[in-house]
Amino acid sequence: MAAITAAPLDPEALVRAVSEGGGHGAVVSFLGVVRGENLQRRVTHLEYEAHEPLAVRTLQRIRQEAGERWPAVRLAVHHRVGRLEVGETSVVIAAASAHRGDAFAVCRYAIERVKQIAPVWKHEFFEGGDVWIEGATANPDDEAARLDAVRRSCE
Amino acid sequence: MRVTVRLFARLRDLAGAGELVREIPAGATVAAVWHALVSEYPAMAPYQASVSSAVNDDYSRMDRPVADGDEVAFLPPVSGGAA
Repeated sequence: MAAITAAPLDPEALVRAVSEGGGHGAVVSFLGVVRGENLQRRVTHLEYEAHEPLAVRTLQRIRQEAGERWPAVRLAVHHRVGRLEVGETSVVIAAASAHRGDAFAVCRYAIERVKQIAPVWKHEFFEGGDVWIEGATANPDDEAARLDAVRRSCE
Repeated sequence: MRVTVRLFARLRDLAGAGELVREIPAGATVAAVWHALVSEYPAMAPYQASVSSAVNDDYSRMDRPVADGDEVAFLPPVSGGAA
């Protein structure tokens, strides 16, 4: 249910995994996809790098956090590493719940937390150069950041 | 004592290696390992305020003491991105 992999991602497999056992009225999935343009740069490809054991633990942590707030929701998160071409899927999230509201919320919560704390880095290659994309300082214990993810998920 | 330092993304580029083995004094903290690293690679100094750390595959505070044989990872800010 939580994985880092160099292989192409299979969204349908995550949907199946969270749907197991039935009883869910809603399954929401999210795919993060490599953009062809970023900050007015024409992107040629990306290379994702992860601290893999820590990243898997962090994805498990995100599932646990979601489970504490939304106990009845099943959540799966897979992130890809290595070279990805424009249009390829870098992250897949699937959430299953009795009703759509919680499934959407958990899906959104999970991607916000992935962006905040998963030790995964994006090396962008574009026409004319390359750059490491650096966003947030990764701190799982930053409660303000976590609450911001909750707020976004419930918008 | 001896620790393995793991570096990722741009920190790895700045060091030219993803893994270094370093001798550090007994009782040193993660922060001490970081400061030794910055002395060796001054280009890492701008990451002082934004770096995260992990010890043996768990997120760690910078004031955690490290033990002989520990693996200490330094993590630049993660991908983030506009919502």
